[in-house]
Amino acid sequence: MDFFVQQVVNGVTLGSVYALIALGYSMVYGILKLLNFAHGDVYMIGAFIGYGVLTVFGGAIDPSVPVPLLIVCMFGAAMLGSGLLGVAIERFAYRPLRNAPRIAPLISALGVSFFLQNAALLLFSPNFRSYESYELEGGSLFLPLNAGALQISPLRILVICSTLALMVALTFFVGRTQLGKAMRATAYDREAAAMMGINVDRVIVVTFFIGSALAGAAGVMVGLVFQRVYHFMGFIAGLKGFTAAVVGGIGSIPGAMLGGLIIGLAEAFSTAYVSSTFSDLIVFAILITVMLVRPTGLLGKADIKKV
Amino acid sequence: MEPRPPESTRIGVDEWVASAAGRTSGHAGAFGLLRRLVDRVPDPARLAIFVAAAALVPVLTSDQYVLRVGFDTLIFALLAIGLNVVVGLAGLLDLGYVAFFGFGAYAYAILSSDHYGLHWPAEASVPVIVVATAIVGLLLGLSSWRLLGDYLAIVTLFFLQAFVVITTNGNDVSFLGFGGSTDLTGGPNGIPGLDPFTIFGLEIDSERGYFYLALVAASIVTAILYLAVRSRTGRAWQAVREDPLAAQLMGMPVNRLKLLAFAFGAGIAGLTGSIQSALSAGVFPDNYDVPLLITVYAMLILGGVGSLSGAILGAIVVNVSLEVLRDANQARWLFLFAILITLVAKVRPWPKLVAVLGGLVGFGYAMHAIVAATWPAGTKGEPAGGDAIGRAIQSWLIHPSHSALEIGNYAFVILLLAVLGLTLVRGVWRTVALVPTIYLAAFVWENRLIATVEAQAATRFLVLGALLIVLMAARPQGLLGSSRVEIV
Repeated sequence: MDFFVQQVVNGVTLGSVYALIALGYSMVYGILKLLNFAHGDVYMIGAFIGYGVLTVFGGAIDPSVPVPLLIVCMFGAAMLGSGLLGVAIERFAYRPLRNAPRIAPLISALGVSFFLQNAALLLFSPNFRSYESYELEGGSLFLPLNAGALQISPLRILVICSTLALMVALTFFVGRTQLGKAMRATAYDREAAAMMGINVDRVIVVTFFIGSALAGAAGVMVGLVFQRVYHFMGFIAGLKGFTAAVVGGIGSIPGAMLGGLIIGLAEAFSTAYVSSTFSDLIVFAILITVMLVRPTGLLGKADIKKV
Repeated sequence: MEPRPPESTRIGVDEWVASAAGRTSGHAGAFGLLRRLVDRVPDPARLAIFVAAAALVPVLTSDQYVLRVGFDTLIFALLAIGLNVVVGLAGLLDLGYVAFFGFGAYAYAILSSDHYGLHWPAEASVPVIVVATAIVGLLLGLSSWRLLGDYLAIVTLFFLQAFVVITTNGNDVSFLGFGGSTDLTGGPNGIPGLDPFTIFGLEIDSERGYFYLALVAASIVTAILYLAVRSRTGRAWQAVREDPLAAQLMGMPVNRLKLLAFAFGAGIAGLTGSIQSALSAGVFPDNYDVPLLITVYAMLILGGVGSLSGAILGAIVVNVSLEVLRDANQARWLFLFAILITLVAKVRPWPKLVAVLGGLVGFGYAMHAIVAATWPAGTKGEPAGGDAIGRAIQSWLIHPSHSALEIGNYAFVILLLAVLGLTLVRGVWRTVALVPTIYLAAFVWENRLIATVEAQAATRFLVLGALLIVLMAARPQGLLGSSRVEIV
């Protein structure tokens, strides 16, 4: 039973990360109908920015600033950097192709993804980097808190809580603010939104910024909990984030959260009970099943095709 | 959009039709003359010229390296024209394509090596492999019935990922626990020691032989595809690409056509895989992963999606360029050449071009003088490779003798920002900013991108990624493709 509960904690932690990645996919897809293949690599860059901030402040063993401030700085820098990277990608690779046939931005996205991976390979070398966050505060952040059967370390609590906080903030932003309303309008019908005086370009830039910033936060979370950071980490995480977005219903924000949770739990349980090498295949099987049985996803709305 | 003059009312006239005269009469000047001459050559004659020229290569040289590059180019050409069936003709974005290539290679490895002690000759194994790969393609193609566009892309990409996972972990396979486990794929170590390609008792054992084998395969496949494109099925594929709904209304079996395209492309990839693995004499899971996929896509897109000769041209240009990037001296030539061509093609009128080139030379010498005066070590570096042009460039370009790689890293990031900034400024400021940006690019190229062997490996793929992005923005139809007709 303890083992089972442990896997639930693992799954929810992983799921938080996938949900944050999925949100970026989902938001961009909702507005541009574009599958941003480079999104996983933005997450990778976020993880590296977090690593860079950690290194600048003296590393995990002996940081020069208090640990809470350090973690806030890592998240802040990674979110800002990734967000700006996302905006740059949009400006450079996707905006010129706004009215091109649909294959063009997809190929361009593949190119951006490949470019970022190899730029990271060039800059950071192929070695794995480790956050070594088990050294933070003398390792106390990794010591499990005992709460009956549930063993959960403070760092995981931090990850899950900050994911929840980011999602609440995002829901509030999209639901209640004027820019969020403009975003929903643009997703619903871009042309009509433009005619209503919404600055569509600005909305798209904001969408890319927010989506990429969330991916950057996810990168830092993975670095903190699972330590390893390397140039190719974005590829498979991006695939899983996309799967999460599709399972939950692409374009839907609560759907992305639900999908992330499902994929995270599925991966944790298949790693624990089946085999760690084939957990990717199980995620793949989930994707295929959802696409064939319910292409709109769990919480997505059916898209009526006009002829 | 600028307002149209009133006399050119185009109500009821399609944009594309209306500009037909402009397109046919276009291509002025010497380049246009050349273009018209090339266009006038019928496709079968083009194929014959290409085959004849390629067949001369082994006669002119017996250099193993050149023959190997030629063989690889032909293999890539085969892959690109196979991919062209799926993406270019049927319009299905298949990102799992190289898994079929790997499947063919692994099938050949299992059928013709000591791995299971099977030693099938090629005339038996190749038909089996082609049919088996086509069936796998058919199965993956089933997903295209319900999924379109990017959904199909991601499912096929996952399929490629699954292929890599299975081949990497396939060394301990048991079927529901029956009969113990078997080593199917050799796991991460792959399967070494494949038989040479033996067809009807004729054993191919030299690079030259494999070159001719690949050439024969490429010409047969190209001829088949040439006929297929003009056949009823080929026209139906293009109709499905342009508008699946309209095609269906015309009574075309859209789903069956999609499956056929998938199977056709997969079969070609399987054939290619078996030939390629026979020369390499080994199959390894890492060889059939995303970098190969991107390379083949870059070839197809550079040549022009949907164009048969474009796919072959793209394979030649991209593969030869990638080979050139393996050598620092040749890579330097490629860089200078590419910069010069781009400037000549894009900077008009010519006084501006002269100003930019002159400014570039002056700026470089000025920077060199400043650095030499303030930080003497900044100009003492040794160029990688170091042929005549590499040494000549030393008095123009900053080249630190120590910590060049770290400086190069920062310069690389700054270069990316500078290129981004260049697209944002307009008018004369863009021309002014162009000079330091190119100089910075040369600095990064020399000090970081081609400085070490590891860096060159990353650079090859960096260039491919950048090529895809720039190509999509500048000329999405590639070199030989025609811009897609879109009628709303």
